[in-house]
Amino acid sequence: MELVIIAAAIMLGLGALGAAVGMGLLGGKFIEGTARQPELGPMLQGKMFLLAGLIDAVPIIGVGIAMYLIFVVAPSVGA
Amino acid sequence: MAGENPASTTEYIQHHLTNLVYGNHPENGWGFAHGAQEAAEMGFMAIHVDSMAWSIGLGILFCWIFRSAAKRATTGVPSGVLNFVELIVDFIDGAVKDSFHGSNKMVAPLALTIFVWIFLMNFMDLLPVDLIPELLMLAGVNYQKIVPSTDPNITLGMALGVFILMLYYSIKIKGAGFIAELTMHPFNHWGFIPINLFMETVGLLAKPFSLGLRLFGNMYAGEMIFILIATMFAAGAGAGLVGGGLHAQIFGEHTSAWFWLVIFILVCSVCGLNLKGKISTGKTVLLCMVFMALGGGLTALGGGLMQWGWAVFHILVITLQAFIFMVLTVVYLSMAHEDH
Repeated sequence: MELVIIAAAIMLGLGALGAAVGMGLLGGKFIEGTARQPELGPMLQGKMFLLAGLIDAVPIIGVGIAMYLIFVVAPSVGA
Repeated sequence: MAGENPASTTEYIQHHLTNLVYGNHPENGWGFAHGAQEAAEMGFMAIHVDSMAWSIGLGILFCWIFRSAAKRATTGVPSGVLNFVELIVDFIDGAVKDSFHGSNKMVAPLALTIFVWIFLMNFMDLLPVDLIPELLMLAGVNYQKIVPSTDPNITLGMALGVFILMLYYSIKIKGAGFIAELTMHPFNHWGFIPINLFMETVGLLAKPFSLGLRLFGNMYAGEMIFILIATMFAAGAGAGLVGGGLHAQIFGEHTSAWFWLVIFILVCSVCGLNLKGKISTGKTVLLCMVFMALGGGLTALGGGLMQWGWAVFHILVITLQAFIFMVLTVVYLSMAHEDH
C-alpha cells in the first residue's frame, strides 16, 4: 500500500516539475516575444494558450491517475 | 453519499466511474449490467448507453441551436443567441484560416462541430457530480456517467474519425506521394525504407492516439477531483447536527437526493426573494445559514465552495481542451493537404 502512495507522489511531483519548467519557459519566451514586437502579441497569445494546453495535459493526466491510485487502488491493496 | 470508512469511499468513487452498460451477458442474456464486473464479462459486444445518449443528445442540441440561429440570420444588428453563435463561428473561422492552408470546404464546419460538441460534452463536468446520477437513481437507473468525454470510447472514437479523414485526404491529395512520404521521409534512400516506414507509421498512429487520450485524461482527472471533493466533505456528514445537519439524523449514512434538492431550492428561493427586495439581506443570510445547517452544515458549505472553486478553474480547462482538439484536427488535416 505504501508503495502505491509513493508511486502516486512521484507521479504528481515529477509531473508538476516538468510542467512548471515548461510553463516557465513558455511564458517567459512569450513575454520576451511581445516585448520585442508588441504587434505580434495577439497572434502569439493564441499560440501560447494552445501550447499551454498541450503542456498542461500530461501532468493533469498524471494527477488523474495518481488520484485513482491513492483513493481506489491503495485502499483495496492495503485492506 | 459516502460513509466514513475508506471502503465505502472507494465504492462511491468506483460507482461514479462506472458506465451504464447494455450488452449480451453470457449467462443473463441481453440487458443492463449490474456493476463493473458484469460489464466486463459482457466483453466486446456491449455499449455504454449513458455516453452514447448524452453525446448524441448534446450533438442534437448543438445542431438545433446553430440551425435555429442560422435560419434567423440577418444583415442587421444581431442579438441574443444569434450574436453568440456569430461570435463562435467567427472565432472558428479565424482559427481555421490561421492554420489551414489547403482548399477544402469541409474543414471549417468540421472544426466548428468538433469545438462546440466537445465543449458541450466537457461542460457536463460542471454540473454537480451527484445531481443527475442521484436523480436517475430515483428513477431506477443505477449507473450514470454524464460526461461523455470522460469515456475513452468517445474521445478515441472522435480521434479515430479524424484519423480516417487524415488518411482519406492524404491519399486523395497526394496519391503515391503519401506512400513516398511514409517510406522515403527522414532518410531518402531505398535501403532505409523499413526504418522510415516504421518511424513514420509510429508518428502517424501517435497523432490520433494522443489526440483522444489528451482529452480523456484531462476530463477524467477533472471529474476525479470533483468526486474526491464530494467524498471528502460528505465523509464527515455523520459527525453531528452541526456538521452533518438534519439529514444525517433522519437518514443515517445514505441521504436521499430529494432532501438535498429541497434544501437547494429553499436556499435559492430565499436568495431570489432577496434579489427582488422582498426580504432584507440580514434575514437572507440568517435563513440561508439555518437551511444549510439543517441540510449539510458547514461541511456542505465548505464542499460547495471547493467544488465551485475547482469548477471555475475547470471552465478554462474544458474550453482549452476543446480548442486544442479542434486546432490539432485542423493542423493534421492541413498536413494531409500539403503536396510537395
